Amino acid sequence: MSEEFKIDIVNPEKYFLTKDDVIEVIVPAFEGEMGILKDHISIISFLKPGIITVRSKSNDEKFYVEDGIVEFKNNNLSVLTSNIINIKDLEKSKLQDLIKIAEAEANKSDINDQVKFLADQKIDTLRSIN
Amino acid sequence: MASLDDLKKRIMSVKSTQKITKAMKMVAAAKLKRAQESAEKGRPYSEKMNNIILNLSLGIADKESAPKLLSGSGKNQIHLCVVMTSDRGLCGGFNANIIKKAKNYFSDVTKEGKEIKIITVGSKGNDQLKRLYGDKIIENISFKESKNANFFDAEKVGKIIIEKFDKEEFDICTIFFNQFKNVITQIPQAQQIIPLSAVNENQENLNESYEFEPDEDEILNNLLPKNISTQIFKAMLENSASEQGARMSAMDNATRNAGEMVDKLTIEYNRSRQAAITKELIEIISGAESL
Repeated sequence: MSEEFKIDIVNPEKYFLTKDDVIEVIVPAFEGEMGILKDHISIISFLKPGIITVRSKSNDEKFYVEDGIVEFKNNNLSVLTSNIINIKDLEKSKLQDLIKIAEAEANKSDINDQVKFLADQKIDTLRSIN
Repeated sequence: MASLDDLKKRIMSVKSTQKITKAMKMVAAAKLKRAQESAEKGRPYSEKMNNIILNLSLGIADKESAPKLLSGSGKNQIHLCVVMTSDRGLCGGFNANIIKKAKNYFSDVTKEGKEIKIITVGSKGNDQLKRLYGDKIIENISFKESKNANFFDAEKVGKIIIEKFDKEEFDICTIFFNQFKNVITQIPQAQQIIPLSAVNENQENLNESYEFEPDEDEILNNLLPKNISTQIFKAMLENSASEQGARMSAMDNATRNAGEMVDKLTIEYNRSRQAAITKELIEIISGAESL
């Protein structure tokens, strides 16, 4: 039996990625990293800033996301996100810029704990790519 | 009859107008292709978003405690209308159609004794509405600097709307935009985004059980504001494709009309030139005969 399922990553502008030979996807869900295999139960969850790993037969791909929603149903995984970058295409200078933006966000004084948490998460993730 | 010089000048001026309209048509055609592409590419996102919300709202057992963005504030006294138009003119009936649709809606709502508030997106809508409904316009947003519709702008509009909703400044929110059907047809649309218009009843009840992480309420609370931005973004994309389409067909018509006019004027010019020559000849001949 095949162990593959389909993934669609969509951002507001276009289909970012479509693949149907995915074996495992690891998403940074709000309450911790979550690995999704074939025949996972239907689930809807949020993403926090982190890295999506898409493992397919041919290759592994990693993407950096800042936010998003995942829906898994009937072996179709949909990821909706407004900010997504393929780590392969992420240049050093751009990465530094993103870190700076995130740090500025985290250092604002008038933010609540949740925003602070998300910003810190962003910084951690970005640093780990570096 | 106009003198030869006048006619010549008019022909020249019509010709240069024609050149401009032709150039505008070309530019619009090039932009249209891009705008149409992004409108089509943007559709899956908003569709998927809608689907997820649909599934979520079906999963909610207790409708009473559902977030207000979904169920509404319980009243329908104040209507907020977001009228989305372009920043530039010369695009045929594009803006006029949206405004007409919006005005019809305004008068219907006011007849029922309800209050309206207007947010205009795009300067053309503001120009046309401020004369009649100037006191009702509470916000005017324009994205003249941004070249293409982008999600960042849509989020800005979404935030403003949500802020106002949280302050209970309105009960129902409707957005007006042109849906792009094809180059010559754009359909003005009114879409209610708050509260989310009732889910189609005949949709088969998907009794699929979802696992939620975190729980439904929290997801909905996070998702609904995003959905509003998404809907606005969709409207912006449709609008920009429609705008280019409308401009292209308007400019195509203008170019053709200018061509016809040039033909007509040229005939008139040639006739009067011929008449002048004939007149001069007659004068010479009759002068010679009288000697």
